[in-house]
Amino acid sequence: MEFLSYLVTGISLGSIYAIIALGYTMVYGIAKMLNFAHGDVIMVGGYVAFYATSFATGSLLGEDPSDGAVLLATLGSVLLAMLVCTALGVVIEGLAYKPLRSAPSLAVLITAIGVSYFLQNAAQLIFGAAPKNFTPVVSGQLTLFGGQLRISYIALLTVATCLVIMAALTTFINKSKLGKAMRACSEDKGAAQLMGINVNGTISMTFAIGSALAAIAGVLLCSYSPLLQPTTGSMPGIKAFTAAVFGGIGSVPGAFLGGLLLGIIESLAQAYISTQLSNTIMFAVLIVVLLVKPAGLLGKYVPEKV
Amino acid sequence: MFSRLIPVRSPNMLPDRDIDKSPILECIGVGINFGGLAAVEDFNIAIGRTEISGLIGPNGAGKTTVFNLLTKVYQPTKGTILLDGKDTHGMTTAQVNRAGIARTFQNIRLFGNLTVEENVTVAMDAQMTYNTLSGILRLPKFWKEERVAHERAMELLGLFNMQDMAGVKASSLPYGAQRRLEIVRALATNPSLLLLDEPAAGMNPSETAELMENIRKIRDVFQIAVLLIEHDMSLVMNICEGIAVLNFGRIIAKGTPADIQSDPAVIEAYLGKRKEA
Repeated sequence: MEFLSYLVTGISLGSIYAIIALGYTMVYGIAKMLNFAHGDVIMVGGYVAFYATSFATGSLLGEDPSDGAVLLATLGSVLLAMLVCTALGVVIEGLAYKPLRSAPSLAVLITAIGVSYFLQNAAQLIFGAAPKNFTPVVSGQLTLFGGQLRISYIALLTVATCLVIMAALTTFINKSKLGKAMRACSEDKGAAQLMGINVNGTISMTFAIGSALAAIAGVLLCSYSPLLQPTTGSMPGIKAFTAAVFGGIGSVPGAFLGGLLLGIIESLAQAYISTQLSNTIMFAVLIVVLLVKPAGLLGKYVPEKV
Repeated sequence: MFSRLIPVRSPNMLPDRDIDKSPILECIGVGINFGGLAAVEDFNIAIGRTEISGLIGPNGAGKTTVFNLLTKVYQPTKGTILLDGKDTHGMTTAQVNRAGIARTFQNIRLFGNLTVEENVTVAMDAQMTYNTLSGILRLPKFWKEERVAHERAMELLGLFNMQDMAGVKASSLPYGAQRRLEIVRALATNPSLLLLDEPAAGMNPSETAELMENIRKIRDVFQIAVLLIEHDMSLVMNICEGIAVLNFGRIIAKGTPADIQSDPAVIEAYLGKRKEA
C-alpha cells in the first residue's frame, strides 16, 4: 500500500514533467533548438496565477465566497496565466530566436540560456526574491482502503489534466492543418515554405502552445510545492528537459512517457533509496537509457550517411 | 526588351489547341551574383498562361538557380520578375507560392513521415481559413474545411491513380510514385505556374512516356503554365512548346524545339566546337 502511494505521487509528479516536456519537445521538433527559457516561463505562469488569485480573493470575492465563485476565480487566473505565458513565449521567440533562425545552433542555445537568466532576474526585480506562498488550486484528498491510501485531489487533477492535454495535442498535431504544417516544417522547412506554409508563423504557434502548457504546468507545480520564487521553474525545467530526451526529443508520446517514468523513478528513489540522492539516481538512469538507446525511448535514431 | 518563347504548332506532336500566350510569367534582366560569380545573368523569358516550356542546358548552367530565383529561395540581385503582371520583388518564398508558383525538386523533398494524403493537404494550408482555436476545439468550420481538403486531395491523387496510397507514409512509396506525389503536392497549392525540376530523372523510357502524358494532362485539366528543367531531350522536344537554353548563367538560345535543335550555339554548348579541318 505504501508502494502504491509512492507510485501515485510519482505518476502525478511525472504528469507535470510530461506537460513541461511537451514544450521542449515540440519546439525542438520544429525549430531544432533547445529552449532553455521554457522552465522560467513556468515560473512566470505561477506568479501570474498567484497574483490573479490573491487579487480575486482579496478584493473581488467578498468575505465568504461561494464555492462556485472560488472555482471561477481559479479558472480565471489559470486562463490569465495561460494568456500571459502565450504572449511571453511568442515575444521571446520573436525577439530572441527569430533573428537567429539561420545562425549556428550553439548561438541559439546560448541565447536561450541568456533569456532564462533574464526572466529569472526580471522576476526577482518585479516580484522580489522572497518566496511567495502559493495557495493550491484544489485541496483535500481521497481516502481509500480504510485510510491506508491517500490520494490528494491535486494529484488526480494533475494526472487528468495531463491526459486531456496529451489527447488534445495528439489529435491536434495529427489532424489539424497547423499540426500538419508543424510536422512538415519539422521535416523540411525549405520545402514547406515552397508549398506556401508560413514557417515563421508555424514556429510562433509552436512557442505559443508550448508556453500555454507551461502556464498550466506552473499552476500545478506550485499547487504541489507551494513555495513560489524566481528560480522555481529552473529545476523542474531541467528535469522536464531530461524527460524529453529520455522519451526521445521531438516525439510527443516520448515526452509523455519520459515525463511519467522520470516522475515515478524520482518518487520511488526518494522513498526507498535516498531523498538526497534521488536526482542523482534519476540522471544515472537517463545515462544508462541513452547508452542503450541513444535517441531516447521513442525517438528515431537516424544514422548519418557517409 | 524581351522576347517570348514561341509555342510550336506541329500537329503530329500536339493535338491542335489554343494555347493562351498572354504571359503568366515575365523575367526581365533577372540576375544573381554569388560573391564575384554571376550565377545567372540577364535572364529574359516570358511564359504563356497555358504553355509548356523547357529550360535546358549543360550541368551547372544555372537552371536550378533560375527556379530558386523564381521561388525566392534566392532574392535576385538584378532585374524584375512579374507574375501575372505583378512584381514579385520582396515577396517571401511562401508568398510567391501563394501568388501562384509551385515547384517540385530535383532531389525528392517530400515530407517522408507524413502520409500521402497529408503531404497533399498540407500544401493546401494557405487555402484553408480556420484558425488554431477552431482546430483545437474542432468547431464546425474545422470539419467542413478538412472534409473539402480531403475530397480535393483525393481528386488530385486520382489524376495519377494514387488514391489507394492515401494512407501510406510518403517515404515508403516507390521512387516513381514519390515523383508523382511531388507533382500532386505542388498542384495542391493551386498554382498558375508549375515548375518541374528534372521530373524524369531516374525514370525508364515507359515511365518517361507516362510522365509526358501526365504533364500534358495537367496543363489541359488545370489550364496552367508549366516550366520544366530536363536532361531527357526526347521529353523536352516532344512536349515543350517553347525552349530556352542556358549556359554559364546566360540564355544562349530561345525558340521552338525545331529552332533549338538546329541552333549552332546550342550544339556547341552541348557537344563542343567542331574542329576546323
